[in-house]
Amino acid sequence: MTVPENLSYTAEHEWVAIDGGVASVGITDYAQQALGDVVYVSVPAPGTAVTAGEPFGEVESTKSVSDLYSPVDGEVIEANPEIDDDPGLVNTDPYGSGWLLRIRVADDAEPAGLLTPEEYTALTKEAE
Amino acid sequence: MTTPDAAKPRSTPLRAVHEQLGASMTEFAGWLMPLRYRSETAEHQAVRSSAGLFDLSHMGEIVVAGPGAAAALDYALVGQPSSMTPGRARYTMICAADGGVLDDLIVYRLGDAEFLVVANAANTAVVDSALRERADGHDARITDQTDDYALIAIQGPAAAAILGPLTDIALDGVKYYTSHRGTVAGREILLARTGYTGEDGFELFSQPGDAEHIWLALSAAGAMAGLVPAGLAARDTLRLEAGMPLYGNELGPDTTPFDAGLGRVVKLDKPGDFVGRDALAAAAQAPPRRVLVGLRSGTRRVPRHGYPVLWDGQPCGTVTSGAPSPTLGVPIAMAYVEPEVAAETGAAAETGAPESRLAVDIRGRAEPARMNPLPFYHRIHDRPR
Repeated sequence: MTVPENLSYTAEHEWVAIDGGVASVGITDYAQQALGDVVYVSVPAPGTAVTAGEPFGEVESTKSVSDLYSPVDGEVIEANPEIDDDPGLVNTDPYGSGWLLRIRVADDAEPAGLLTPEEYTALTKEAE
Repeated sequence: MTTPDAAKPRSTPLRAVHEQLGASMTEFAGWLMPLRYRSETAEHQAVRSSAGLFDLSHMGEIVVAGPGAAAALDYALVGQPSSMTPGRARYTMICAADGGVLDDLIVYRLGDAEFLVVANAANTAVVDSALRERADGHDARITDQTDDYALIAIQGPAAAAILGPLTDIALDGVKYYTSHRGTVAGREILLARTGYTGEDGFELFSQPGDAEHIWLALSAAGAMAGLVPAGLAARDTLRLEAGMPLYGNELGPDTTPFDAGLGRVVKLDKPGDFVGRDALAAAAQAPPRRVLVGLRSGTRRVPRHGYPVLWDGQPCGTVTSGAPSPTLGVPIAMAYVEPEVAAETGAAAETGAPESRLAVDIRGRAEPARMNPLPFYHRIHDRPR
C-alpha cells in the first residue's frame, strides 16, 4: 500500500492535493485495494457546490458500494473524463490517472480535518 | 462443532499458498479465505475462457455410513439418495419440518453403505446436528469430517485438458455429477465432475496434507493455458451469472425449494416419510408466494442484496444477490418478486414491450431494470452427460 508524502488524506480514504486554490481528489491505494475492481464512479457535474464532509458521489465495485465525501467546501470545476469509460484507472493508478474530481476551494474556507501521510498510515494500520 | 472460537477464523490447509500468492484474505463463515488474488474480474474471465483454481476447503464434509445410511438420508433430505448408484452425485436440500431450507447440499454416494454430504461452511454444524437427529433409529453413523478433507476445484473450459495429464482417471469417461477415486499428481483424491461456476470442471477431495502439493501441480500444469487462482469474489459473480442460488441469499429458512424454482429436488413420490413432506406437498400445490427472477439493471448502479424491487413505484419484491456482471458488462441481480409482477414482466419480455414499470430502489433512487431469463450465462461448450 502506498501513501504518497506530498498529499493530504481524509478518514474516508480519499486523498487531496491543493494547489492554487484547486483541490484534486481521488481515493487512496488502501481504499482501492479494499474495494476490489471498481466498475462505476458517480461524481457531481462541474458547477456543483460541495460541502466538506458531505457525500457527493459513490464508487461501485464488484462486492460493494461506498459513498464519496467532499474533503473541502467549494465548487466542482472538473470531473476526470476518463473514469466513465475506464473506472479501472482507480485501481491501477489511484493517485495519478485515476483521480476523480477537481474542486475550486471556497475563498473563505480553510480546509480542516485533513490528515498527514503519517496520520493516514496510522489510521489504516488501526483498521487492520 | 465447527467454530470453536468465533473470534479466530479457521485456516484451510492452503492458507500459506494464498498468502504467498498475495491474496486478499477475508473471513467467511468462520474461515479465513481468499477473496481475490489480483483482480476478481480477471479471475472471473479466466474461468469463463480458460480455467480457475479454487480453495473450497471451508465446505463441510459429513460422512453418513452404515447399513441404514441410505434410508436415513431418504428421511433426512428432500431427495432420494437411496436411488443413486455408487459413484453418482446429486444436488439436494435439507429442509425443516415447515419446508424451509436448512441448506443446499451435494450428496455423493461413495458405496452401498457410504455417502458424503457436502454442506455450506456456515451450515455444516446445523446439517451435522439435523442429520444426527434424523438418523436416530437408523443403523447409520454421522461424522463431520470437514477437518479430514481439503477441497480444490478446477473450473473452466480448459479444466479437463489441464487436469487430464495429472490424473490416472480417464476424464473422458467421467460424467457430470459423478465421482471417482484415483490420484492427482500422485496423491489420492476423490474426483467429482461438479462445480458452482456454470463451467465444466472438477472438485478434488484430498487429505489436508496433500492439498498444497496438488494445488501447486495444477498451477504449474495450467499456467500456460491461462489457469489462475480465483477467490470468493469471482466465485460469487460466476455462480450469479449461472443463476445458481446461494444459501443466505436465495435460500434460507423462510424459503422453500419451490420458492427458489427448485421444486424438482423435492421427491414427493419417494416411498416413506421425510422431514418436511407435508409442508412441501402443500407448497407444491399452492400458487407460488413469490418467484425468483433475474434482473438486468438499466443503469451502471448495482442492485444489491436487500434492495427493494419496485413496480409502478411500489415495493413488489427484494433483491437477493446482485453484482456487476463481467460477462454481460452490466449489473445483474436475482430477486424474489410477487408472482403477478413476474408474469407481467415475463410477458413484456416476450413481446418486446418496454418494462419501464419495473425498477430497483438503489439507495433511495428508483433505477430502471428489466427481467432477464435465468441463467444469465449458459456455456456453449459441450459437456459429457
